Amino acid sequence: MYDVSLEQLEEIDAILKNDLLTIGVHCTIIIDIAGNTIAQIDDGRSSFDVTSFAALAAGNFAAVDAMAQLVGEQQFSLHFHRGEHESIHFSKINDEILLVCIFGQDVSLGFLRLKTDEVIGKIKKIWAG
Amino acid sequence: MGFINVKKKEVQIKIVYYGPGRGGKTTNLDYINKKYKQRIKTEMVSIKTHGDRTLFFDFLPVDIGKIHGFDIKIQLYTVPGQVKYNATRKLVLKGVDGLVYVADLQQERRDSNIKALEQMRENLISHNKDILKIPLVLQYNKIDLKDEGVPLLTFQEMEQDLNQELKVPSFVGSAITGENVVVTLKKIISMTLISFRKELQ
Repeated sequence: MYDVSLEQLEEIDAILKNDLLTIGVHCTIIIDIAGNTIAQIDDGRSSFDVTSFAALAAGNFAAVDAMAQLVGEQQFSLHFHRGEHESIHFSKINDEILLVCIFGQDVSLGFLRLKTDEVIGKIKKIWAG
Repeated sequence: MGFINVKKKEVQIKIVYYGPGRGGKTTNLDYINKKYKQRIKTEMVSIKTHGDRTLFFDFLPVDIGKIHGFDIKIQLYTVPGQVKYNATRKLVLKGVDGLVYVADLQQERRDSNIKALEQMRENLISHNKDILKIPLVLQYNKIDLKDEGVPLLTFQEMEQDLNQELKVPSFVGSAITGENVVVTLKKIISMTLISFRKELQ
C-alpha cells in the first residue's frame, strides 16, 4: 500500500494539464501496475469509464511487457493503439506507474512522444521527492 | 497494492478471486454484480474466449461507502483458471491486496484444488508476497451440487487439503445460488482493510 501527498498530486495534475491537454490530448491518466488510478485529467468532453479503462490498460501493458521479455526485450518502448477517431499512447514512468494519453487525429504521434518524454521526466522527479 | 488518494479522498483496493478452472470465480463476481447493482456504477468487464471461459480477467469495481471520510473503492478481479494461462494469472496478481481462493467441492476436482493453490503460492512469491501473510479467504464452492447427487468432498477434507497450514477463514458456498458469496466478500474486505490499517500504523 502506498500514498502520494496532496502537493505531489496537485503538481502532477498541473503538469498533465499544462503539457498534455494544451497540445490537444483529450484525456490523460496515470495508473499503477495494479490498475489503480493515481491522477486523471481530461478536456471535459470525455465520458468513458476511467476505472475500467485503468484496469484494462494496466493488464494490457503488463501483457505487452511480458511478451517483450519472451522475445528477449526489456520492454517495448512505444506502445500505441491507433483508432479512427481516438488513439491511445502508453508510456512507462517507472516500474510501478504508467502514463496513458488518449488523443485524436489533430495531435501528431511524434509531438506527443516528445511531450510525454518531458512529462515523464518531470513526474519522476516529483515521485522521487 | 492499495492506493490512498488524498486529493479525491479515496482508497483503492485490489481483491483477486483465484482458483482452479471452472471453479466459480466469475460466477462469484456475477452474483455480486447482480446483488449490488445499485452500488456498481459501471458494467462488469470480462475478457473471455469464444467458449465463454475467462481469457484474461473479469473486473468489477464496487464502492462500499466511507471510512474516516475516505471513499473505499474495492476492485474485484478474477484470474483465468485454465492451467495454460499461468502467465496471465501472474499478471493479474500484480499489486493484489487480498485474495479469495475459490475451490471446487467436487471429489474429481481434488487434485486441481491442491495444484492451483500451490501455484498461487509460487505466483505470489514471484511478486514478493507471502501466502501466509496476505489477507486470504477460502471458499469451498458448489455445495448446490449435493442435491444433484454429485460426489462432493466434506468440509473436513477440504480443510485438510487446503487449509491445514494456512489457517485462514473458510466458507462452504454456492456461487450460483449466492450462498456465502457475500459472506466471503465481506470477510476478505474486512481482512484487507485491517491489514491496511496495520500497514499505516
